[in-house]
Amino acid sequence: MPTAGLDELSAAWLRRLGSEGGERQAAERELHATLVRIALAEVRRRAASTPVTGPELDDVAHQAADDAMLAVLAKLDDFRGESRFTTWAYRFVILEVSSKLGRHYWRNPPITLDAGQWERLPDRLGIDPARHAEAAAVLAEVRRVVEDELTAHQRRIFVAIVVDGIPLEALATRLDLQRNTIYKVIFDARRKIRRALVANGHLDDPGLEQR
Amino acid sequence: MNELERLDRFLRTDPRDVGCDEAMAVLHIYVDLSVTGGDAAERYPGVAAHLAACGPCGEDFTGLLMAVASE
Repeated sequence: MPTAGLDELSAAWLRRLGSEGGERQAAERELHATLVRIALAEVRRRAASTPVTGPELDDVAHQAADDAMLAVLAKLDDFRGESRFTTWAYRFVILEVSSKLGRHYWRNPPITLDAGQWERLPDRLGIDPARHAEAAAVLAEVRRVVEDELTAHQRRIFVAIVVDGIPLEALATRLDLQRNTIYKVIFDARRKIRRALVANGHLDDPGLEQR
Repeated sequence: MNELERLDRFLRTDPRDVGCDEAMAVLHIYVDLSVTGGDAAERYPGVAAHLAACGPCGEDFTGLLMAVASE
């Protein structure tokens, strides 16, 4: 495996993982242990934002590390040295944690799909409870646009993510969609809602929203 | 920030936003640039715009940043 141009540590990782026998096994054990450490730290960091708890959270971390390890070894030839090797490898485990927590969300979800808890929208948007009345008219217009101007698909996704606060990764799993697909739906919905609010005089200038 | 400004900030979209797939594809490069003092946002303005707007990708960025910092 070519290591020219790599930093010393990255080159050493590639050399050891590309070797045979005991040296390779030692490198794999070391990398796996590191990925487990990273995964455990990451699930704990995210603990407050997931209904997954206790031993199940640790299981998620270990599964994420195992799957990340397989991915790293399978894609070693794809490493181009654009970052340090460890940063490249850690990306796999962080994304695995993210994806697995999304899947585990539905084992004990705090809210069901299609709940449509519109009364919680002000809180979701971080609006001060003392000022809910002030925001009521514009939020009513947001709801009107969502219900009248979004497609059924856009509306379902917007309500799940923005109104009900279902994590995007969890919704992606549930609807069997890519994260990027859901993000694009929300992006387009935000733009459409903002245009309506500008047209109705609730918000000023078009801002940065053209695309 | 008043309530309308808060809502406006949420609704505003940035035309430079590259989306989740492109941002995640270069996340490791972006993070290394960030920790080594390079100007990641200047080199990847579309990624910076995306990470500022997308909660899940922003979380992944923070997670990878912390993983690298823990070495």
